Amino acid sequence: MAWQRKILRVDLTAGTCTQEALNMEWAKAYLGQRGLATKYFVEEVAPSVEPLSPANKLIFATGPLTGTMASTGGRYSVITKGPLTGAIACSNSGGYWGAELKMAGWDMIIFEGRAATPVYLHLENDTATLHDASDLWGKTTWETEPALRKKHQDSQLKISSIGRAGENGVLYAAIINDLHRAAGRSGVGAVMGSKNLKAIAVRGTLGVAGIKDPKAFMKATAAAKKVLADNAVTGEGLPKFGTQVLMNVINESGAMPTRNAQDIQFDGAKDISAEAMHAPRVTDGKANLVTNQACFGCTIACGRISKIDQTHYTVVNKPEYWGASGGLEYEAAWALGSANGVNDLEALTFANFLCNEDGFDPISFGATVGAVMELYEMGVLTKEQLGIEAPFGSAKALTYFAGLTARGEGFGQEIGLGSKRLTAKYGHPDLSMTVKGQEFPAYDPRGIQGMGLTYATSNRGACHLRSYTVASEILGIPIKTDPLATEGKAGLVKAFQDATAVFDSAGICVFTSFAWTLVDVAPQLEAACEGDWSLDNLNVVGERIWNMERQFNNAAGFTAKDDSLPKRLLTEAAKTGPAKGLVAGLSKMLPEYYSERGWDTEGRPTAATVERLGL
Amino acid sequence: MMKSLHIEAAKCTGCLQCEMACSFENYGVFNPAKSRIKVFEFHDTGTKVPYTCTQCAEAWCLKACPVDAITKDKHTGAMMVNEATCVGCKVCTIACPFGTINYVADTGKVQKCDLCEGSPACADACPTGAITYIDADSTGIDRMRSWAAKLENQTVGHAD
Repeated sequence: MAWQRKILRVDLTAGTCTQEALNMEWAKAYLGQRGLATKYFVEEVAPSVEPLSPANKLIFATGPLTGTMASTGGRYSVITKGPLTGAIACSNSGGYWGAELKMAGWDMIIFEGRAATPVYLHLENDTATLHDASDLWGKTTWETEPALRKKHQDSQLKISSIGRAGENGVLYAAIINDLHRAAGRSGVGAVMGSKNLKAIAVRGTLGVAGIKDPKAFMKATAAAKKVLADNAVTGEGLPKFGTQVLMNVINESGAMPTRNAQDIQFDGAKDISAEAMHAPRVTDGKANLVTNQACFGCTIACGRISKIDQTHYTVVNKPEYWGASGGLEYEAAWALGSANGVNDLEALTFANFLCNEDGFDPISFGATVGAVMELYEMGVLTKEQLGIEAPFGSAKALTYFAGLTARGEGFGQEIGLGSKRLTAKYGHPDLSMTVKGQEFPAYDPRGIQGMGLTYATSNRGACHLRSYTVASEILGIPIKTDPLATEGKAGLVKAFQDATAVFDSAGICVFTSFAWTLVDVAPQLEAACEGDWSLDNLNVVGERIWNMERQFNNAAGFTAKDDSLPKRLLTEAAKTGPAKGLVAGLSKMLPEYYSERGWDTEGRPTAATVERLGL
Repeated sequence: MMKSLHIEAAKCTGCLQCEMACSFENYGVFNPAKSRIKVFEFHDTGTKVPYTCTQCAEAWCLKACPVDAITKDKHTGAMMVNEATCVGCKVCTIACPFGTINYVADTGKVQKCDLCEGSPACADACPTGAITYIDADSTGIDRMRSWAAKLENQTVGHAD
């Protein structure tokens, strides 16, 4: 079967590494990665746990399809209680690290406790060793990766690490692997930092064997790859333009939160779009985009590799930033750009490089800068406090703040706490564009109503990757629904949430769902894994995972009141575009959603629901 | 028709489907560490390059082998390692200028690309056409065609 059936438990307090058998009963009910690791987490950790305390745990988990020939089968997730939100956190990353962990013979690693001094974990197949990381503390992820390869004389080591943001307690610090792939959201990097864990360096040469029916698996994965190749989004749009294919589309749909969601369309969108990344620059005649790149096993290859214009103010005399590295994805381009009214593509690329280099989430960072700029324009924050003039549209302020946040200096320390804490401190909590403390991403719920319900009910705080109804409401996948209507969105959101939980638990990328449904996933899982992975059961597994996460959050103190949206989205109507005059119609959707979910009016799964899902 | 593996690095995305296909074909396991084709990523330039044995017409490995364990397959032209004969002396790995024949500690033998008996799994798995298996005598035909197209356009341009 496609699980390695083995987990590694690392007690950082005691400094021990112990091997355990994977709980196969749980694997058959929760699949892997997000679902299975969350099951371990909720069984072992009290919901009231302080996220940055030694009692919190941090789980790195692969799925059954990770490290196989299933397209996009290279994912891993990091599960913990998030410090930004206080809710369950689950951040998913691609690159090559997840597959390497699986190849080393492990399904997951559970970290517990806290090391007295900085350490890193070195894994060479079965051999797990904790090493002193004092000399790496204070280094960026871009310095840490080559340093560990040199130290272990192993050029093929794959490394997942935190930069200075994770060390300094930036509440939306990310964990970075392969230089520019990120378990980006909810502050999983801050938890890693709080444990004094700098990095996990892995070399796996055992591979993934034991596929249940190899012949059927090769047939199923080949058929599924053809579906991706033949689809306009996964076969053409994403490889050529990346997720940035959305920039102009969403802007024209009138659903682009702009200048801290004061506006819903950004006049500079075209300057920071996929098309702009392809266009030759006036300065040097070269395009910002160098090439696309796949993660492990991915036949879509949406990743962006960019080079910054060497004459741009951000990198003059800084040759360390002249090479190619991870370029702008749509969410980053929006958060660093539209959310702040900044249309300087090179400045956004530079800020994105810093987010990767020191490990922090560009969505929460960019959206927090948006709130700072609004407070600056209101006169609440001043140049003296900030260290720079910071009106909307200032690329210089954006890149200055990115540097401060990366290094934990000056006002960067306040930006690193996220917009909820920052706006509350300065007396304007309504200017925080967050749900459950996490900044919402690049789709305005006034223009795409389903995303309002998505943000309000997401188990990890506002997020597009828990139910991407944009696919249906804008792109017509799998069916077209009206983005301005609230009718029917409760059922749509539930369906997307449950299906996404399965994708995230299987070891594959949710971007496949532009072309695949669970109908395409089921045969791949059935051929790879023992157990019942029929379409019907997968729907139940997804719903079970969703409710398990919800129960943890409820027990952690969240209530129906937290299933809300920023006041601005509920009371200030869109000024332009197709959604002009509309606010987010959350109150029309939420009661229906609770009912569809089998929850009571307080948002708690009823006894019947708990029973039905075997929770 | 004799065929060759043909690699166009510019089309490679670094997905490693080829490495998994190779290890699965030869060992029944998804394991890039056992792959005979390797993809190299050059981060600073964003370049990804698949690399494997070119099946030299006059093969250094074949000539260096002291026990004649390497022979040329007359159907595919691939240099084949006879594992029963190979003594694991590694002289071929020293002789090969390209590093594409390697010792495997688990088996005590060397391994290299054998073109999968004329149906290379890597080419079959490559989603972008970066690895193809084509007429050995015309591996440059597509490149010639693309340049020819440019030349024709230029000629038209001059005529104006």
